[in-house]
Amino acid sequence: MADKTSSLTVALVGNPNTGKSTLFSALCGVPARVGNYPGVTVEKKLGRYRDDQGEVLIIDLPGTYSLSARTMDEMVSVDVLLSRQSDVPKLDVIVAIADATNLERNLYLFTQLRQLEIPIILVLNMWDRVMASAMKVDLAQLSERLGVTVVVATASRSSGVQEIKAAIRAASVKGNSAQETLFPAEFQAECDGLRDWLLASGQPELQPFLIQRLLLDVDSAHAQRLSKQASLKELPSRLAEARARLASAGHRVPALETRCRYNWIRSLLTGVVDRPAEETNTTSDRIDHVLTHRVWGLVIFAAIMFAVFQCISTGASGIMAAIEALQGGLVAWVHSWLAPSILRSLIDDGIIAGVGSVLLFLPQILILFFFIGVLEDCGYMARAAFVMDKLMTKLGLSGKSFLPLMSSFACAVPGIMATRVIENTRDRMITILVAPLMSCSARLPVYILLIYTFVPDTAWFGGWIGLRGIVLFAMHVLGLAVAIPVAWLLKRFFFPGATSAFVMELPSYKLPSAKVVFYRVWERGQSFLGRAGSLIFCTAVLVWAAGYFPGDHTQVHQLARTIEQRELQESEDSGGELKAMRAEERLLNGELIKGSLLGQAGQAVEPLVKPLGWDWRIGVGVIASFPAREVIIATLGTIYSLGGDVDEHNGSLKEALASSRWEDGRPVYTLPVALSIMVFFALCAQCAATLMVIRRETNSWRWPIFTFVYMTVLAYTGSFITYNLATWVLG
Amino acid sequence: MLSLADLREGQSATIIEVRGDDAIAVRLMEMGLTGGERIKLLGFAPLGDPLEIIIRGYRLSLRCSEAKRVVVELVV
Repeated sequence: MADKTSSLTVALVGNPNTGKSTLFSALCGVPARVGNYPGVTVEKKLGRYRDDQGEVLIIDLPGTYSLSARTMDEMVSVDVLLSRQSDVPKLDVIVAIADATNLERNLYLFTQLRQLEIPIILVLNMWDRVMASAMKVDLAQLSERLGVTVVVATASRSSGVQEIKAAIRAASVKGNSAQETLFPAEFQAECDGLRDWLLASGQPELQPFLIQRLLLDVDSAHAQRLSKQASLKELPSRLAEARARLASAGHRVPALETRCRYNWIRSLLTGVVDRPAEETNTTSDRIDHVLTHRVWGLVIFAAIMFAVFQCISTGASGIMAAIEALQGGLVAWVHSWLAPSILRSLIDDGIIAGVGSVLLFLPQILILFFFIGVLEDCGYMARAAFVMDKLMTKLGLSGKSFLPLMSSFACAVPGIMATRVIENTRDRMITILVAPLMSCSARLPVYILLIYTFVPDTAWFGGWIGLRGIVLFAMHVLGLAVAIPVAWLLKRFFFPGATSAFVMELPSYKLPSAKVVFYRVWERGQSFLGRAGSLIFCTAVLVWAAGYFPGDHTQVHQLARTIEQRELQESEDSGGELKAMRAEERLLNGELIKGSLLGQAGQAVEPLVKPLGWDWRIGVGVIASFPAREVIIATLGTIYSLGGDVDEHNGSLKEALASSRWEDGRPVYTLPVALSIMVFFALCAQCAATLMVIRRETNSWRWPIFTFVYMTVLAYTGSFITYNLATWVLG
Repeated sequence: MLSLADLREGQSATIIEVRGDDAIAVRLMEMGLTGGERIKLLGFAPLGDPLEIIIRGYRLSLRCSEAKRVVVELVV
């Protein structure tokens, strides 16, 4: 029988690269909930499992090297651990997870965690590697010296999981043993003084750990938050004075903490860990020698990235074609039992198309995260960042931004989701904001249609270099070229401050674990389908409604019904009657879309888009393509009365575009107009999925709106310049 | 004074101190670069920056600009 007291709340804390997420999955399967903590970009991951005494809630905190609280993001972890985060229940046990092969550095975080006065257990993960090496750890001795239960585990093989669950239960009952301080007496005296002053200023009592942090973290988010109160205005100067006193006693502040903790760890581990003299010619080192070699390192890096990129764009296209075929089949099935009506239109063009536009992104996301999972787990990901860092710092980013940006050339949605590997908030935000500028595969149909219709098939050097190819290439380079100044401006004006650190652990190489890769792919797929998926779906349905209402569809539905009945009855079109009816249906559809909200919006924006060389129909196409860029082709097809089934290779759409005229008889589509549209699409943010994923990843509506506005302004300006320049050059 | 960025591939050194008290300096110290520790420079990235070191038994990479803050003494 599970009673109330037997349910536990447990936090999982550890350094990055310790297999923390894998242990989380091994403990409770896929997460029950993945979200964000309010107001920050810190991911909130919760999971549950049951043991024989009741339910256990696991909170997976972001991987961190230290519990210092300099930034708001770092402060979240501290607040959760100290039960100061209102949306998280009080913790019963902390599970500290450490890489057993690298105990000294991993225990640094542990020394901070044990000061929180919460029952704690220590998990030594990757124990299989310790077993395979010459290293020896005296576990009984370690447990005794630390005063906590120590459990060994190999999370990637789910070994040690039962022992961890048992230790959590035991620790929740046992509580914590008293601990000696690792700081000098002078520091302790300053802490006491600060505590007394805070109490005298009418503050509620702070946990001792937070008092220490106020002294240890220079310019911390917590101190800034506190000093906003009138009674604590003096806090910053008091802290500065206390640090000055400590410095004159030989305890300079940032160095004091690391020195004391590492000295304590060193003496603790003496006689506990027996490690052979450091080898620097292990298998891992030999692999590293090749993979970070001056020449081979770059060649292999380029080859791996090219392979990933190829697999995303070609591998996904097969699955995407299958999804589209499935969509077509579903539409045909709906048609077989439902006569043309508003309901059928909603099901066809709203719901099925909406679900399709969500699912279409899934293959790319799954393939990308498969590769990220493999590369990360085998240890190459850190090397890729190591190899690319110098190049990326020239663009104002860091080496870790490379993969997300490169994947954005296939699709910005998985690219933006991949920015989670970037720990630095500023680098991550800038990467997210410029990722949609990379020319994704959804822009390709638009380029292809316009290039093959309007760009002359001129070729040089025996046909090896063609004008069409050059234009296509230029469109892909354009986004990248624009991203560089944009990243610089973002850094300069929106995210000012010192350059971020690139202090990164290079884990040793190993064979990737199928389980780790699977969890990674599963989790990302699930998190995309959740919130972002529903928002993308809603947008698709809304745009359908805007293209449908207002307008009297009775005539067109009636006509469609007659056509479908005729098609069933007659295999031959007698006297071209059916053809005439189809033409009339298309004409009616064209009229209806002109009168719809979408069409009215297109006509309303015509004065705005005229400087770009566009007419209202292009305006409608651009507005309607908000759910996804490639929708413009179907929309243009509808407007030009071709019915819904057109693609970029459709001859009649090309003809219709080429023969389209302004009222005075001039052709609407000329080369400058085609270029102007292409540049617009290269730079605009007409992709609901991207914006919704930005919303999800930044946990704020501010950034998707910002992205939409800045990219639309860029697109409009670029398009305007292109149109006028091309008109002037081409006469 | 010699800094970590001045070392050549394969050279070992002892850390004297990490200069500064900003977030980067603290991060370096938290990663184990504290006074008295032995480090070895394993090499540089293909484009010459960042560099890779071994400290406290694990491998760490940092940019040359960060390595310049680490004052060291060569071990011969």
